[in-house]
Amino acid sequence: MPEIRVTPLGAGQDVGRSCILVSIGGKNVMLDCGMHMGFNDDRRFPDFSYITQNGRLTDFLDCVIISHFHLDHCGALPYFSEMVGYDGPIYMTHPTQAICPILLEDYRKIAVDKKGEANFFTSQMIKDCMKKVVAVHLHQTVQVDDELEIKAYYAGHVLGAAMFQIKVGSESVVYTGDYNMTPDRHLGAAWIDKCRPDLLITESTYATTIRDSKRCRERDFLKKVHETVERGGKVLIPVFALGRAQELCILLETFWERMNLKVPIYFSTGLTEKANHYYKLFITWTNQKIRKTFVHRNMFEFKHIKAFDRAFADNPGPMVVFATPGMLHAGQSLQIFRKWAGNEKNMVIMPGYCVQGTVGHKILSGQRKLEMEGRQLEVRMQVEYMSFSAHADAKGIMQLVGQAEPRRVLLVHGEAKKMEFLKQKIEQEFRVSCYMPANGETVTLPTSPSIPVSVSLGLLKREMAQVPLPEAKKPRLLHGTLIMKEGNFRLVSSEQALKELGLAEHQLRFTCRVHLHDTRKEQETALRVYSHLKSVLRDHCVQHLPDGSVTVESILIQAAAHSEDPGTKVLLVSWTYQDEELGSYLTALLKKGLPQAPS
Amino acid sequence: MAAHLKKRVYEEFTKVVQQQQEEIATKKLRLTKPSKSAALHIDLCKATSPADALQYLLQFARKPVEAESVEGVVRILLEHYYKENDPSVRLKIASLLGLLSKTTGFSPDCIMDDAINILQNEKSHQVLAQLLDTLLAIGTKLPENQAVQMRLVDVACKHLTDTSHGVRNKCLQLLGNLGSLEKNVIKDAEGLTARDVQKIIGDYFSDQDPRVRTAAIKAMLQLHERGLKLHQTIYNQACKLLSDDYEQVRSAAVQLIWVVSQLYPESIVPIPSSNEEIRLVDDAFGKICHMVSDGSWVVRVQAAKLLGSMEQVSSHFLEQTLDKKLMSDLRRKRTAHERAKELYSSGEFSSGRKWGDDAPKEEIDTGAVNLIESGACGAFVHGLEDEMYEVRIAAVEALCMLAQSSPSFAEKCLDFLVDMFNDEIEEVRLQSIHTMRKISNNITLREDQLDTVLAVLEDSSRDIREALHELLCCTNVSTKEGIHLALVELLKNLTKYPTDRDSIWKCLKFLGSRHPTLVLPLVPELLSTHPFFDTAEPDMDDPAYIAVLVLIFNAAKTCPTMPALFSDHTFRHYAYLRDSLSHLVPALRLPGRKVLSSAISPSITPHEDPSQQFLQESLERVYSLQHLDPQGAQELLEFTIRDLQRLGELQSELAGVADFSATYLRCQLLLIKALQEKLWNVAAPLYLKQSDLASAAAKQIMEETYKMEFMYSGVENKQVVIIHHMRLQAKALQLIVTARTTRGVDPLFGMCEKFLQEVDFFQRCFIADLPHLQDSFVDKLLDLMPRLMTSKPAEVVKILQNMLRQSTFLHLPLPEQIHKASATIIEPAGESDNPLRFTSGLVVALDVDATLEHVQDPQSTVKVQVLYPDGQAQMIHPKPADFRNPGPGRHRLITQVYLSHTAWTEPCQVEVRLLLAYNSSARIPKSPWMEGGEMAPQLETSIEGTIPFSKPVKVYIMPKPARR
Repeated sequence: MPEIRVTPLGAGQDVGRSCILVSIGGKNVMLDCGMHMGFNDDRRFPDFSYITQNGRLTDFLDCVIISHFHLDHCGALPYFSEMVGYDGPIYMTHPTQAICPILLEDYRKIAVDKKGEANFFTSQMIKDCMKKVVAVHLHQTVQVDDELEIKAYYAGHVLGAAMFQIKVGSESVVYTGDYNMTPDRHLGAAWIDKCRPDLLITESTYATTIRDSKRCRERDFLKKVHETVERGGKVLIPVFALGRAQELCILLETFWERMNLKVPIYFSTGLTEKANHYYKLFITWTNQKIRKTFVHRNMFEFKHIKAFDRAFADNPGPMVVFATPGMLHAGQSLQIFRKWAGNEKNMVIMPGYCVQGTVGHKILSGQRKLEMEGRQLEVRMQVEYMSFSAHADAKGIMQLVGQAEPRRVLLVHGEAKKMEFLKQKIEQEFRVSCYMPANGETVTLPTSPSIPVSVSLGLLKREMAQVPLPEAKKPRLLHGTLIMKEGNFRLVSSEQALKELGLAEHQLRFTCRVHLHDTRKEQETALRVYSHLKSVLRDHCVQHLPDGSVTVESILIQAAAHSEDPGTKVLLVSWTYQDEELGSYLTALLKKGLPQAPS
Repeated sequence: MAAHLKKRVYEEFTKVVQQQQEEIATKKLRLTKPSKSAALHIDLCKATSPADALQYLLQFARKPVEAESVEGVVRILLEHYYKENDPSVRLKIASLLGLLSKTTGFSPDCIMDDAINILQNEKSHQVLAQLLDTLLAIGTKLPENQAVQMRLVDVACKHLTDTSHGVRNKCLQLLGNLGSLEKNVIKDAEGLTARDVQKIIGDYFSDQDPRVRTAAIKAMLQLHERGLKLHQTIYNQACKLLSDDYEQVRSAAVQLIWVVSQLYPESIVPIPSSNEEIRLVDDAFGKICHMVSDGSWVVRVQAAKLLGSMEQVSSHFLEQTLDKKLMSDLRRKRTAHERAKELYSSGEFSSGRKWGDDAPKEEIDTGAVNLIESGACGAFVHGLEDEMYEVRIAAVEALCMLAQSSPSFAEKCLDFLVDMFNDEIEEVRLQSIHTMRKISNNITLREDQLDTVLAVLEDSSRDIREALHELLCCTNVSTKEGIHLALVELLKNLTKYPTDRDSIWKCLKFLGSRHPTLVLPLVPELLSTHPFFDTAEPDMDDPAYIAVLVLIFNAAKTCPTMPALFSDHTFRHYAYLRDSLSHLVPALRLPGRKVLSSAISPSITPHEDPSQQFLQESLERVYSLQHLDPQGAQELLEFTIRDLQRLGELQSELAGVADFSATYLRCQLLLIKALQEKLWNVAAPLYLKQSDLASAAAKQIMEETYKMEFMYSGVENKQVVIIHHMRLQAKALQLIVTARTTRGVDPLFGMCEKFLQEVDFFQRCFIADLPHLQDSFVDKLLDLMPRLMTSKPAEVVKILQNMLRQSTFLHLPLPEQIHKASATIIEPAGESDNPLRFTSGLVVALDVDATLEHVQDPQSTVKVQVLYPDGQAQMIHPKPADFRNPGPGRHRLITQVYLSHTAWTEPCQVEVRLLLAYNSSARIPKSPWMEGGEMAPQLETSIEGTIPFSKPVKVYIMPKPARR
């Protein structure tokens, strides 16, 4: 029995460390290879020993697919390919391929240089790993080998994020990675065609949330920033280098442009600058507005946003600064925060979630006095929270399921409790089964793959000619010979099959005797049979031959007197096996007897 | 010598022969016309290969065929068709047949039999499809002929079972276009079976090919368009197609559902999987709403557009479209809109400072949450958030239309519209502002909404700001804080963009007159008066102060208690502003001051204000000038012209009329002056020089008449007659002057001829108006026409001169609404001292931004002219897309002009101005003879020219020599 097996090594009823193994049609594919933010020990990477105890990974896996560049989707890649050892192809989109190494390098630096970890992957390993990457375009069908093919769809979320369709023969799986169904200022919405996969593996981060319109949030954000700078205050926006930072930059840049504002906007240098460069390059991956206007001006070539210098923080007058990192736990953003916190005219806007224990979390929960390097810091500046998230909400997930029309759905990348709700909803609304395996738990799904058979054109045309109006979408019976040869199937007409196989045709006839009570002569019986059949089978050609027999199409009926009982006539019905249907119908009909004709 | 002679003889001989040949040739040319078919026949016979034949056919198709020779050509083509084996040639012939049968004046019923005949024997699917197309052309050509239509429908039905999608497509198209309407079928006793076309087409809704499915739906829509009432049963079929795999099918199906919902809005349909029933229009609305979140944006646009026109939908369904139940972690959450509303009603002004302000509150029953709505839920929320701006615009438009018909919905959709003011695409922002303006009668803005609306005032796009000003003109504000906020923001806008001055003043005028009671408590603060102290008198030239005064004075008009709060200088400023900005400041009844208008004529009706009356009176006076001596007449005219001009400056709403009449009077003045010249009394040859004045006058009158005719909007036919009459007089004057100054009769002869033709033309064009022109120049002229035709030029001139002097001054009836076209170039401002530098030989783009007022059809008439210092002039035709239409009668031209020149040594100024192009044939109604092809009388009609109608702006440019 063919089946699809799915085992999440990470992201099963959990967020982070996305890594899902899929076996489909005898092929093994690994989807994403991420790290977990919450752990610093072995648990941060997926347990690759699950895949194979003592063989090489390359022998077991046919390919690895990375959906986007977030570290919880690609963070374990160098470890996996260089330290555990995998030499097969790794597929990702072009932007992911470009940005992924920057983030990996950053991650490595923090782990090794700051935290001093040993036994971590090196820069060289990142480079070697990236050499194994095969970049794919959107909607490009890539043949991994003769049978396995993959295809990328646009997913929104971050630059270069993609959903992947994995297909072997007629079986297919779609993996969404992370996606966003509402467009934002720099990216479009995820889209997939009606590909009707056997299984849809979707993220479910916001399984129990229906979000408000994005516009209100944007408007609020802009209004707050604008009011503050008009008052002469300074605005600090702590961000992580990629993704949201660009969205907010675009948002502010266009607003500045529209409102003709002159207040300077800065973003901290380094990572962001490098990433902006890639955003400029991959303009085709952005949203409609940016794509349409880049001929005039590339939106990522910011006119109002300049690189930040440490000294600018002390400049008088209003300004807006984007600084890393996003949770105010270290680095530049914290430095600036410390400088500006005392003035009530200033404002800090937290555009995302903050982990407990960070300064960001403290100020968001309303703490006004902070202990910092042994000194008391009073926070007089305004603190705002603004959530800009790029995951699909419950409605979005349902919308995508509706678009793709899968036969089954599997939820990953979310909390178990929330998944439970969504699972129930999906089963209820779409009437498809839904699964939510935990890490290491295998889901086995039987499939019924269809087997393609090539039909000879002659046969098809002949069949078409027989019935004038082909009723679309209704099954039709077709007579032919199935030839299985060298692993492919062909359906040809029987004459051709005989010819090809060099066989002579054997005639196969069924004969059947039907006893009838009739005292009249054979001729008359035959005549009665003839008139009876003629009246019943209006659509068929019924003939009375001169030798006294009756034919219906190619079926022969002869009447003879019973040797023993003269009152009984024996009807001999004979038909070839091709006419089995009609023949058996006729015998059944004749067995019922002839009507008592008035003649 | 002999040879030479011989040669000469031959020369002469050949000359003669040649002439004959030419004549014959021309005759032959006419003869060959009908035998086009023969030529084609020969060509086709010559063709050796199908490719050749195809080439001949292609060549043939380039030239038009006359109606009378079509039949012959068709016969030839058909003949060839039977012989032809190559399908591509047959295809071309089939398509040619279709083209030919469309020829006007040719009745294609004679070729129908043949077409149907060849259809039966045709094997190639492509040719079949083409032939069906031809039949469609024939069928549409003969809409009256029932029998033909029946036959064609029959043919189409027969071929519906074809295996090729193209043929099925065409058949369905044929059915859609020709399928007869039910009633006629019954009446028709042709023997052909009456078919239920709808049923047949409906069967193909489930065809295997998506293109055929689309064609079937389109055919059904076509039937509807032709007036056939579709059956309600189609609704269910169409609903099934909404989940089709192909976008074009879904898109067409949405249309079909919409059509059915408009036909049977009140029928009841059951809701599947429950026992309830709802109105069909509601059900359809829900279904179309669902399509707003379709996977294909084409379908989304279609769906969003159609939603707007479903006005019968019940309000309960309508309001669902804006409803999106929010939740967070399975708890109910309020939308930002709801929170804003609550904040407002609780009296707190601004908040959202705390994290978790939007924290979800109540728990939701998991079973009750419906993630996929069967109904209309949130359709507009999705549509307005769509990725493609086309969908967003469609959604905004739909919102507008629905809100116009439902006040309660208008109130609800306000928040969403306000949100759209921050869209990333300017077009969408503009559209939503316009939408808001259109529904503003139904709504009152809350303060927080007003706040968001006003934030857009800082937009750098002038279009947006102006649209917003228009919006503010007609919005209702609920509180005095709202008014104050609006004023503050508008003043901020004024300081940031001083060019918006007029628009802002106008906006404040309406704001004031709409909300007098709200302005009243604000007055002391706005005028910064103090109960005890006198405050400094504000600067009267400050646009911001004027803005405040405009607001207050307009509010004071309906609020008699307000003037009591004014300080002394306010009254003085009022008097000044009432004079200088009379269109913005209304007349007030101020205590202790006599109101001017009531003192003079208390009896006049309110709609006829004194300036209007003044205008009438002065014009009346002028028309009596017939009885004055020439000197007196001239003086009167001069005074009146001066008065009118001044009036036009003062009263902007009368400017059009005043200018128009002043121009007319000026023409008359010029004419009188020219006729007063002494030259007429002296023998002709002596006054060569002085006649300059007269001819200049003639020329100027001509120019002025063109201005009168084309620069004013609202000019009616009776004015056009007068204008043309004036022009005719000018022409007569010109003729006389020329007659006096030129020697010899030859040039004069032509001129006379031309003039008489023009008179003739005048008569033909304005035959209906002639009775109004009693005693006028033309009236007399026409009386003498027979005599003039036969007279010699000298005599004609003499008569003309006499008549011109005797002719009466025609009364110019004033049109109801007349506006002078005007243009102001906003950009370039012409103040820059920095020359625009560019390399010679290359181009530099100059941004031109201008507002046009009262220009009809500016896309075709307005041109930009660039004058270089060397006298070279360049005319630029702006693209139609460069014109915007921000309001009625107003246009805005934003374009780029490309300048180029050879290198200069010094920077120099070029002049940029706008021209109004006119074409005199455009206005005159077309009379039948013009179509007849007579060319002669059109001389006058086709005069084209341009009138400069904006002040020229100087631009400093410097083409540098190219560096090598």
